[in-house]
Amino acid sequence: MLEVKGLTVAYGLVEAVRDLNFSVARGTVVSLVGPNGAGKTTTLNALSGVVPVAAGGIALEGRDITRVSSHRRVAKGLVQVPEGRLVLAGMSVRENLELGAYRRPSQEVAGDIARMEELFPILADKRETPAGSLSGGEQQMLAMARGLMARPKLLLLDEPSLGLAPLVVKMIFEIVKELKSQGQTILLVEQNVYQSLAVSDYAYVVENGSIVLEGAADKLSADPAVARAYLGQTV
Amino acid sequence: MNVLGQQLVNGLFIGGMYSLFAVGYTLVFGVLDILNLAHAAVFTMGGLAALWLVQSAGLSIWAAFPLATLLAGVLGLLVNQVAFVPLRRRPDTYFSGLISSIAMAIIFEALAMQIFGAHNVRFPAGTVPVVIWRLGGITITLLQVEILATVVLLMVTLTQLLKRARIGKAIRAVAENQRAARLLGINVDGVIAFTFFLSSALGGAAGILFGLYFDSLSPDMGRPIELKGLAVIVLGGMGSVPGAILGGLAFGLSEVLTVAISGTSNLRDAVAFTMLFAIMLLRPSGILGKGRTREA
Ligand SMILES: Nc1ncnc2c1ncn2[C@@H]1O[C@H](COP(=O)(O)OP(=O)(O)O)[C@@H](O)[C@H]1O
Ligand SMILES: [Mg+2]
Repeated sequence: MLEVKGLTVAYGLVEAVRDLNFSVARGTVVSLVGPNGAGKTTTLNALSGVVPVAAGGIALEGRDITRVSSHRRVAKGLVQVPEGRLVLAGMSVRENLELGAYRRPSQEVAGDIARMEELFPILADKRETPAGSLSGGEQQMLAMARGLMARPKLLLLDEPSLGLAPLVVKMIFEIVKELKSQGQTILLVEQNVYQSLAVSDYAYVVENGSIVLEGAADKLSADPAVARAYLGQTV
Repeated sequence: MNVLGQQLVNGLFIGGMYSLFAVGYTLVFGVLDILNLAHAAVFTMGGLAALWLVQSAGLSIWAAFPLATLLAGVLGLLVNQVAFVPLRRRPDTYFSGLISSIAMAIIFEALAMQIFGAHNVRFPAGTVPVVIWRLGGITITLLQVEILATVVLLMVTLTQLLKRARIGKAIRAVAENQRAARLLGINVDGVIAFTFFLSSALGGAAGILFGLYFDSLSPDMGRPIELKGLAVIVLGGMGSVPGAILGGLAFGLSEVLTVAISGTSNLRDAVAFTMLFAIMLLRPSGILGKGRTREA
């Protein structure tokens, strides 16, 4: 589904990520974990085409998209749910969902909104509420539902559990599991290493802009080095 | 009493045109947080283009109005492309864009001067048939009714477009958060260009109506309305479309009422701008402040 080769992104003269190689197979959930400032968000933004790539290539379903503009990547099925959610605060829940389907045929929108309200029942109760007055957890669910409205082939989730109460974090990971069981391909970025490995097939550990470790998720969670460095820290 | 009634009616028409003009400023400001100071020059070009279409191309005003409005919209695309796009990545884009849009205004004005001369020109007699009604001592002309109908039609269309249409929602999304809009698959640069088109088309339409109403056009006719338009959007709340509509009406009414009450036009602008300061004191964010294009 996704193939990344030698990806390097620089902010001015500072390289935020350097020579990353990773891939996401169709129907799998892959995690990108690592500490704050490691370059995870930068990587997702390069995949979405909202930060320029200094070197390397990105291929989606075998086609190179390194130079494709950000809105065309969404049309091709590469959809990001950003860190900090970025819901459109002044617009209603329904309008946010409609905008999620911006690149989709309009006759499918109503049906897809109904599907989202099934998956996230809280959104059905707040259809006309401005997104800005939702709680953090509700905003995260709205952001995920909005991303799904685009019918992504590959869904990029950037720290969906960040800043949420433990109960809500649990719900978010339940939804990721549910999406996985429906066959959704996901690239998940998390600092919540333990829970994110639990829902993933494969994982990459990023530190200081480079991949330092990779492997099947169950192997990594059993790895004593990973346990020492990450699993003790969170949850 | 009838003098007052008459002035109220006149204020409504003038205010409506101010609203139309100011909505163009506020649309671009709401989306980009920048002022397009070429807006008044596009207003002028719209009026003069309609005049040319009627006078030299022999079109009726009904054909000339939409054509000149479209042309003004295209000028807006040009302003965006030449004065704003190249500066977008600069850290001083707000200030440098202000300056480069003034430069565009000067170029437009010079071109208009070259084509139409520096003197005042007017639509040929009979462009709009002269029909006058008297209702209880208040005079209303067909032209006034047509102007008001046009303003209302354009405002309702714009409001509905922003509220319901796909492109309208995209404009509001870009106004609220460009990065979020990009991640939703919105072509942000395209939406910005369309916003300039829309804003300038409305400004051009205002120029045509102004030229018809005051029966006079000139290459510098945009000057006096430029500052009034800015005052109107400050009054209404920067970036708010309904605010610009209300602000325009308030401004137009205050002007004519000052003339009616003081009996001279000397104080007209002074009172209108004093009202601006008074409202700023009471509501620093404007009548409908805080609201942006996104809340249209
Ligand atoms: N817009 C930016 N401009 C400059 N430096 C940035 C920018 N965004 C991120 N960085 C830097 O790039 C590095 C990686 O950041 P980021 O990708 O946000 O990490 P993560 O998502 O893993 O926490 C950090 O050192 C951060 O300070
Ligand atoms: Mg991050």
